[in-house]
Amino acid sequence: MFTLFLYLLALGGLVFSFIKDRQKTKMAVMKGWKAFTNILPDFAVVLALIGIMLTYLSPHTIATLVGKSSGFWGMLASSIVGSITLIPGFVAFPLAKSLLDRGAGIMQMAVFVSTLMMVGVVTAPLESRYFGKKETILRNSLSYVFSFIVAIIIGMVVGS
Amino acid sequence: MNLLNLIKTYRYFLLIILFDLIITIFHPDTGLTIFKYTAGNFAEMLAIIPPIFLLLGLLDVWVPRETIIRYLGEGSGLKGIVLSIVLGAAAAGPLYGAFPVAAVMAKKGTKYRNIIIFLCSWATLKIPMFLFEMSALGIKFALTRWLVNVPGILAIAYFIDRLIDAEDKAEFYRRQMANP
Repeated sequence: MFTLFLYLLALGGLVFSFIKDRQKTKMAVMKGWKAFTNILPDFAVVLALIGIMLTYLSPHTIATLVGKSSGFWGMLASSIVGSITLIPGFVAFPLAKSLLDRGAGIMQMAVFVSTLMMVGVVTAPLESRYFGKKETILRNSLSYVFSFIVAIIIGMVVGS
Repeated sequence: MNLLNLIKTYRYFLLIILFDLIITIFHPDTGLTIFKYTAGNFAEMLAIIPPIFLLLGLLDVWVPRETIIRYLGEGSGLKGIVLSIVLGAAAAGPLYGAFPVAAVMAKKGTKYRNIIIFLCSWATLKIPMFLFEMSALGIKFALTRWLVNVPGILAIAYFIDRLIDAEDKAEFYRRQMANP
């Protein structure tokens, strides 16, 4: 749905640009293509790594890893799984929901969801290519710590 | 010669595929699952990336640097912060889609802190994702997470902005400017 919107926006922009200035449009397409092919080798590596990661950390495996564990160790396990895995939201949220229904704690699931979205170990090489090592390490580690704060607050709000 | 260059450019990718093939020989089921997921990842990437890069090209050609600086650059203040959050939250797709966007924003003169705010907002504040989270985990869960995230992102961006020294930032901007 959103992808469709993105396509409409891009195509609309392209047509509009073409009407206004053919030369500039050609330049824009070339720039876009060049930026894409520049990063494709790194992209390909990350996508291939995610393929391996998804195989070995399937929703089923994740469920056994973080499902019934609770307390701080449960949170730690959830946060590690969340940081490493890169599964789309439409898989992650129902997964977290089903784990909650099967007895997982709210804080464990909150830290799982938060690290899943904010911390990216497999995408770190790609992030580093764009932003440098320092930014990548800082953003990911700060996000990691922050995920625990989020989880504790969610635990207080939703748990009570 | 050309092929050799291609192999060199994609050497890490090819190594991983080789690793996958070796796994497939010994554990066909696991190997095939890996290839299935890898192909799926490429399909997802190819679905979302072309319009992003096309828009980036158009943005690069049509939007003057002065405009971006005015709205997101040094001295853009609160307006720049809010705009960075809105831009990130309006996005969809995995975080890797945000990297090239942020790079062009930098090239056009977006303030460093605002780039990080944009990046973090894309990671965790995405509105389409929020709606989905709400339906799966409940409004209390999703809303609390969203609301706590906003100040959290600002704090993270502030720290990163402070902890990365001017020289590294200058190098980052130089690299973006050098891109075509």
